[in-house]
Amino acid sequence: MDIKNLTIKDVKNGLERKDFSSQELRGEFLKLIEKENPKLNAYLSVFDESKFDESKGILAGVPCAIKDNVLIEDTHCTAGSKILENYISTYDATVIKKLREAGAVFLGKTNLDEFAMGSSTENSAFGPTKNPHDLTRVPGGSSGGSAAAVAAGLAVFALGSDTGGSIRLPASFCGVVGLKPTYGRVSRYGLMAMASSLDQIGSVTKNVYDAALALNIIAGQDKFDSTTIPKEVPDYTYKIDDSIKGLKIGVPKEYFGKGLNDEVESVIRKAILKLQNLGAEIIDVSLPHSEYALAAYYIIMPCEVSANLARYDGIKYGYSIAKKSNNLLDVYLRSRGEGFGEEARRRIMLGTYALSAGYYDTYYKKAEQVRTLVKNDFDEAFKKVDVIVGPIAPTIAFKLGEKTQDPLTMYLSDVYTVAINLAGVPAISIPCGFINKEGKDLPVGLQLIGKHFDEATILRVGRNFENN
Amino acid sequence: MITKKEVEYIAKLARLGLSEAEKEKYSKELSGILDYMKKLNEVDTKSTGPTDQIVGLTNVFRKDENFLQADVEKIKKMIGQAPEREGNFVKTKPILEK
Repeated sequence: MDIKNLTIKDVKNGLERKDFSSQELRGEFLKLIEKENPKLNAYLSVFDESKFDESKGILAGVPCAIKDNVLIEDTHCTAGSKILENYISTYDATVIKKLREAGAVFLGKTNLDEFAMGSSTENSAFGPTKNPHDLTRVPGGSSGGSAAAVAAGLAVFALGSDTGGSIRLPASFCGVVGLKPTYGRVSRYGLMAMASSLDQIGSVTKNVYDAALALNIIAGQDKFDSTTIPKEVPDYTYKIDDSIKGLKIGVPKEYFGKGLNDEVESVIRKAILKLQNLGAEIIDVSLPHSEYALAAYYIIMPCEVSANLARYDGIKYGYSIAKKSNNLLDVYLRSRGEGFGEEARRRIMLGTYALSAGYYDTYYKKAEQVRTLVKNDFDEAFKKVDVIVGPIAPTIAFKLGEKTQDPLTMYLSDVYTVAINLAGVPAISIPCGFINKEGKDLPVGLQLIGKHFDEATILRVGRNFENN
Repeated sequence: MITKKEVEYIAKLARLGLSEAEKEKYSKELSGILDYMKKLNEVDTKSTGPTDQIVGLTNVFRKDENFLQADVEKIKKMIGQAPEREGNFVKTKPILEK
């Protein structure tokens, strides 16, 4: 049985036709994971069985993978960090509860940059994930395990989290669909907090239709996450195949400037031409504060990180030297110093510095003011257009180790994705072409950005693109 | 430029134990990153307010009622992960010296 290309819809059809049972399907996936995972390192843990009924619901029997910063009760959740190497989740995240109720089958937990901090999945304490298209390249990050698993066919779909591009960048590098919903659309209860004003859970899928199906399940207000929005969840598959004739699609000139690789630009331009041929009206727009978004993001994010990661103290849970010392400060310093990896420590330092006495106005407040301007840019552009289109990343997947020496170079991979989180708008990465390097075809992702809570329109544009 | 002394001060605020080599490294790296952040000074924000809640939610309240039933098993699981404990309590180090 070829299971690598199965979509959510295929599984449903296959089960109805009795081509396979959900038990058989799970078994086939576990076999494939056992065979392929040693070279990819996409999964950190795999579940051999389940005590839940997975025969009923919209996702009945559909095998999926979950980023290892989302809690599944009674299973390990490491966040890719040594500090949580032995941590066991004590409850289900809201998204897990919802997927469970829909009948989804959890295959395992996927690799990530430590606490979702990184653009390549090389910051994992458990080794990097490799890109299935070329094992010498990174899968992107931080949801690199989820994207690699779906791209290699080791799951039908996966969940990830996106704080500054962590779903969309790996989706782009691995040639799969990655959706970051509007901030507040999906509950973050049970997601390990990284930067709370930016974090959002979303999906990695093989096509846009599956992204709509998954969002139908995971979206909605949650009393356990007060930042979720009291808005009804529409059926995102409704009218998803409707034509995009007459739809106004904006091309921001700032996303095609210096730094964008020529070959990537050419693939993106061709994709935009295709949208035009499908009947969309292409309009030039400007997001004038784009060049400041990255700097604002890399202040706001580490500040929030430094506060959120304060909970890992060597006292309540996680890695601890408490048994080796009788001094409280010593327990804090050494448990955290030894437990956190390099990038986590760097961001905690950066955030603590920016929030320390005398610097608040210079850094955090200034960045939050620039955030307002970035949001205003999107508001202005969306007065003229329905959707904004551009690249996800300035390059294709880079080589393992290529950017690990210089943090700032790594941060620049996020230059086209962070503004979307600052503005809270939804965006999706869809595969739009390949670039051949050293005999290997490497995927390029197209970014479609929508208005707040208008996931339906970017899904429709993406669906039209992949259908034609 | 962030001096090694500043790095030590910040690391203590962050409760992060750093080795001597790391202090040197962070002093250089953080300076480089913060130089890049200075870019924000080019932007005039005199008449711009800060944004933190991006979709405009304010003052989210719930009814003052107990909607969470205490689940003893769950509490045991949580407390059970503390490296040092006594019964159902998390044990910590003394904070007051005799």
